[in-house]
Amino acid sequence: MELPVVRDVRFFLAHTPGLVRHGYKPTLDVARDQALWSKAQAYLRPYADAVAYAPHQVLLGNRTPDSLTDLPQPWYNHPYSNSSRRGPHGELMSEEELYGLLRASDGFDFIWLEDGFAAEAQGLLERHPLVSRKDLQQIVGVPFSRIEEKLADGTGALPLTLRDGRVIGLIRRRLQDDSSLAADILLENLAAKATATAALRAVLEGSGTNPEGVQYVIGSGEEAVGDRYNRGGGNLAKAIAEAAGCVDATGCDVKSFCCAPVHAMIIAGSLIASGVYESVAVVGGGSLAKLGMKFRGHLAKEMPILEDVLVGFAILMGRDDGRSPVLRLDSIGRHTVGVGSAQQQIMEALVSKPLDQVGLHFRDMGKYATEMHNPDITETVGTGNVPLTNYRVIAALAAQRGEIASTAEARDRFVAEHGMPGFSPTQGHVASAIPYLGHALDSLRTREYQHAMFLAKGSLFLGRMTQLSDGVSFILEANPGQA
Amino acid sequence: MNLKGKHVIIVGEREGIPGPAIEACMRSAGAEPVLVQTQCFV
Amino acid sequence: MKRYGKKDMVVVLGSPTSESAEVFARTLTEGDPSWVGPLAGVALGLPVYHVLEPEIKGQIDPQVYREQVSIMESVLDVEAVIQAVSSVRGSLGL
Repeated sequence: MELPVVRDVRFFLAHTPGLVRHGYKPTLDVARDQALWSKAQAYLRPYADAVAYAPHQVLLGNRTPDSLTDLPQPWYNHPYSNSSRRGPHGELMSEEELYGLLRASDGFDFIWLEDGFAAEAQGLLERHPLVSRKDLQQIVGVPFSRIEEKLADGTGALPLTLRDGRVIGLIRRRLQDDSSLAADILLENLAAKATATAALRAVLEGSGTNPEGVQYVIGSGEEAVGDRYNRGGGNLAKAIAEAAGCVDATGCDVKSFCCAPVHAMIIAGSLIASGVYESVAVVGGGSLAKLGMKFRGHLAKEMPILEDVLVGFAILMGRDDGRSPVLRLDSIGRHTVGVGSAQQQIMEALVSKPLDQVGLHFRDMGKYATEMHNPDITETVGTGNVPLTNYRVIAALAAQRGEIASTAEARDRFVAEHGMPGFSPTQGHVASAIPYLGHALDSLRTREYQHAMFLAKGSLFLGRMTQLSDGVSFILEANPGQA
Repeated sequence: MNLKGKHVIIVGEREGIPGPAIEACMRSAGAEPVLVQTQCFV
Repeated sequence: MKRYGKKDMVVVLGSPTSESAEVFARTLTEGDPSWVGPLAGVALGLPVYHVLEPEIKGQIDPQVYREQVSIMESVLDVEAVIQAVSSVRGSLGL
């Protein structure tokens, strides 16, 4: 059996304050109260603030998750002075550039950019290492008068705006009356495609991998691609593979809400171990619907609307190269149907059982990558500190098994050592475990620790087909051949 | 308040106690769950 | 609601924080002031409890409670959550 390894990962962030208007919650609330949006606009961050925001710098790999421990909250009041739009784990792009990428990702003329803006976006992207000549040729404009006419003709086109409210284009719907190809759905799917494509190009480039060398791409986003006869039919993965030049790849989408990326990594590892494929990419695009999800809470607290970035990611997995961390297929934790819905049983299935399976202990994991949601975003609306809640449950399980003392101090110490502050944008499937992957690969390569556990949970019940949630986990191990 | 025989609307939360976990508790107390929901804000 | 009538109806919450507990307690009694909640604005006027409240916990089979809930007692700020829900009940005389 081949040993499956995780070779590299990249995150692609796009700061999109103008698109916050098209998040599901803002769409819903502004339809009821038009005045709300002009109030909200005043709380949209400028690009420089998004770049200097410490959690984003952690995701880009320019600082460590633990560095947030010493930074007083709220973190948006403490911009990171030494910040950069690029880091070892990814890039954070501006909204002007992202609109250009959306146009370049659109092969069906759904997105119209105004002439002047199209030229501006083209200019901004001209020297971008991941943007091809063909992409640039795609970024063509139309006269602003045509955009005004189209927005007014009642055919369901939506305006595309910048943070300052300036209309720079539109997205139109498919001509026939198909609710699955309406403008908002197409925008959501294009946003996912464009951001995942940029992440995939970045990880290929960064790891020195030829796009032709990838044989399979697994999409793990939550967007439902298809027309009304095939809603959710999917395989956005193949569209992303095509856009990234992976001509020798096919692929498929794996769906399981927020824990799909971890499922996808396990499937990728299995396909590599079995010898079916040598090189597999796991991708996920940004979630437009989640933009501004908690904007009412942020407005009430008079703080910036922090849910203003789209995040795509791409993970490259392959056969043992003697260096990269190993995904241990004997360490899979599964939230099975019979496990039920109690937190204790779920976490036992995802943490205790896999540790038993491989004969390791709670403290053998250097870090636990769990739901890494940024508490700056969630605490304002009463959801609490999501990663901290997870870490406390894990600490309680460790105490129950006598692996740490059952005092509050011992549990807190466990949380501080084996956990970390949340730093992920609340981008649906992106936030569960995956955001820590770049840092874990670094630490496992330098042998700062030998093991890290990745666990993700998904809220299946939101689809109203079951009351169950889902969860899955694995252990990543330093490469044994590396010592 | 005696739960026995009461109809219960259950609003669980993913980050706290999920709906079905409360449902099991309510049944053990002799109450009848009539609506079970779990909220998720992330 | 229509089917079961209000008389023998209670609401039980599993919210993780005092803020969330209060939002839902108010939502289900007064209507929907929630920032992200999907429950539409009908004032139900129902008594709302939290599963962690002693009054509720005391009526649950201890074995079931241990399996389904108890670990969260060491994770959540139980007193704050209970306080939030009981004060909404108190403010509405329920």
